[in-house]
Amino acid sequence: MQQEAPGSAVISLLVDNESGALGRIIGLFSGRGYNIRSLTVAPVDEHGLVSRVNIVTTGTLSDIRQIKAQIERLVPVSRVVDLSSEGPHVAREMALIKVVSSGEPRTEALRIAEAFRARAVDTTASSFVFELTGSSDKLDSFIELMRPLGLAEVSRTGIAAICRGPQTIQNN
Amino acid sequence: MTPKTASAPMAAQTTTTLPGAEVLMRALVEQGVEVIFGYPGGAVLPIYDALFRQNHIRHILVRHEQAAVHAAEAYARSTGKVGVVLVTSGPGATNAVTGLLDALMDSIPLVCLSGQVPTALIGNDAFQEADTTGITRPVTKYNYLVRRPEDLAATVHEAFAIAQAGRPGPVLIDLPKNITVGNAPYKGADEVKPRVGKVQVEPDRDAIVRAVAAMKNGRRPLFYTGGGIINSGSEACEGLRKLAKLTGFPVTSTLMGFGAFPGTDKQFLGMLGMHGTYEANLATHGCDVLIALGSRFDDRVTGRLDAFSPDSFKIHADIDPSQINKIIPVDQPIVGDVGRTIALMIEEWEKQPAYEHKAELTAWWEQIEAWRALDCLRFNQDQAPDAIIKPQQAIQRIYELAQQTGRDTFVSTEVGQHQMWAAQFFKFDKPNRWLTSGGLGTMGYGLPAAVGAQIAHPDALVLDVAGEASTLMNIQELGTIAQYRLPVKLFIINNHYMGMVRQWQELLHGSRYSESYSDALPDFVKLAESFHAKGLRATRMDQLDDVIREALAHDGPVVVDLCVAEGENCFPMIPSGAAHNEMILGPEQEERGAKVTREGMMLV
Repeated sequence: MQQEAPGSAVISLLVDNESGALGRIIGLFSGRGYNIRSLTVAPVDEHGLVSRVNIVTTGTLSDIRQIKAQIERLVPVSRVVDLSSEGPHVAREMALIKVVSSGEPRTEALRIAEAFRARAVDTTASSFVFELTGSSDKLDSFIELMRPLGLAEVSRTGIAAICRGPQTIQNN
Repeated sequence: MTPKTASAPMAAQTTTTLPGAEVLMRALVEQGVEVIFGYPGGAVLPIYDALFRQNHIRHILVRHEQAAVHAAEAYARSTGKVGVVLVTSGPGATNAVTGLLDALMDSIPLVCLSGQVPTALIGNDAFQEADTTGITRPVTKYNYLVRRPEDLAATVHEAFAIAQAGRPGPVLIDLPKNITVGNAPYKGADEVKPRVGKVQVEPDRDAIVRAVAAMKNGRRPLFYTGGGIINSGSEACEGLRKLAKLTGFPVTSTLMGFGAFPGTDKQFLGMLGMHGTYEANLATHGCDVLIALGSRFDDRVTGRLDAFSPDSFKIHADIDPSQINKIIPVDQPIVGDVGRTIALMIEEWEKQPAYEHKAELTAWWEQIEAWRALDCLRFNQDQAPDAIIKPQQAIQRIYELAQQTGRDTFVSTEVGQHQMWAAQFFKFDKPNRWLTSGGLGTMGYGLPAAVGAQIAHPDALVLDVAGEASTLMNIQELGTIAQYRLPVKLFIINNHYMGMVRQWQELLHGSRYSESYSDALPDFVKLAESFHAKGLRATRMDQLDDVIREALAHDGPVVVDLCVAEGENCFPMIPSGAAHNEMILGPEQEERGAKVTREGMMLV
């Protein structure tokens, strides 16, 4: 994600894990015409009271600032960071990729999967399901390579992101 | 009421458990609530029963839930308190939606309590069930569905805190019937830590220093003030007066900011924006330092964005950081309470070296006076006794004759031409006296708003300057006015058209008056009488003043049907997509409207 074209941003936020909280965030994006390229959400504290949301969005620098300011207004949101503008960060995504083929394409798919360190998590005589984790770019290129080799279905998680170094979402 | 001390002994004891509806009443009383505007229904019967069995809170029965919200808005706007609304589930809540969005757009603190079907029935398409929190999420600052009795009291306290914190707004609490019937523990406000931690009240000192340095450097400065100053309170308004006197800078105001600075003061240029004055708009266009205080660069204010105040250093003070750089990039943002900002600006102004550009400021004032001399609000009224009354004449005379009564006057409006004329002709020397729907532009706002203002100020003179089309949208509130004997004066500027729609059709759509004629109007005099009010009518110049005087003198509700010229347009006007220095001043320049570009026509 770090290598994305200018205009893409990774926003991470902490939100009280209450009913409708995600609806507020999504509603803000749709209501104000902002784009959501990917969105992940899961509880991250020990009691399951706070969830972390990672959103990949696009826009000019001032759009992104405005998005951040609008999210900050939401009552259950306690912290918002624009990871892409606040120092280096790591963003990873997982995908499950089903390839249905036989003969030479099947062998080729398996060979490429090894090169990408994708794991076959389901194997039948005519299909593989590969699990692949990495940057979104890496996932994109793997999927492109699978396309002529019997690519049948893709399921992606969207990114989890975190800033590099000792600082955290709470203190940066 | 001294709620905190009253509840303190309770807090020391073990937790008090009461039926949910009584917990609700108690929390409202602790929050200082004196009036609720509402309408009963199945899902709120337990709350209405608890209301019946107490003596602290007065309930005002409106005739439509939308009106309850507008009345509460006006109550809040005219008192500085939180307005409270109570509606039932389903249609009760959906009828409140327009009012909630109106309050959100105009930053009015409200708490709306809505009934809900019992939690066990939620999601079953039960009778009068609506996904109220889902529907109201984009029209409230925050909303709740109370699912657990132990959350009830804390939710109410937090809702009041959120409604008032930072930039105020409406908060809705959806109350399932089993929560209000069943028992719930009471919690005092002091036991609750509301989630309002993100508000920055105190402005950054360095930002103030830089802003004041820019002001000191200004040769053609202008204060552009908005509703945020009213929300901040009387100290902010006092501060603004002091700051303006200290600096000698001119002041213009948004529609929502009237009364923060005295409308009759020489330093006041009137409203800016689409129907603002010539002097205010040209000053905005030509200034070299623009000091925006509690205003948000609304599209009605800015006109064409790339031509808005093109040469100025822009300072923007707002408590809501998301407003800064939202529409217009500014040079010096100041996040914080605008009252504190003004107070610190005064301090800093006195601290920094003396203002060196007095000569240039004088020249700037001369320029402004030349613009002012154009008298952009002038209109030609035939003074013959049988002449047709112009709407501008009617509104100007309502203002002047109301002034002559010497009474504290609150003015609400509906939405449209009459609203803009009222904004142009009425001058407010005090804050909280002007009640209008600015951001949302809600037709039907004015009559229920007059109800709310009169309930809050029973001895004051309360006027609704209305149009015949707008006021019909909530005319049922004449019933509320009758029931509580509210001496509201409803002045209907009756031109038989949705005037602003007609004006745009004339200027932009080749005078094709598609569906904007008010056909089959009621006889407003008889309508008034059927609602136990006095009905008056003026159709000629010689009747106008007498009818207004009679209405103002009557000790009770009055509906005045002022039959005015049908074809008048509201000027000055900045056509859609035009810049401030391209305004249409009067009918003689109307052809400029025809030159509006396609891009301009796409704007509202």
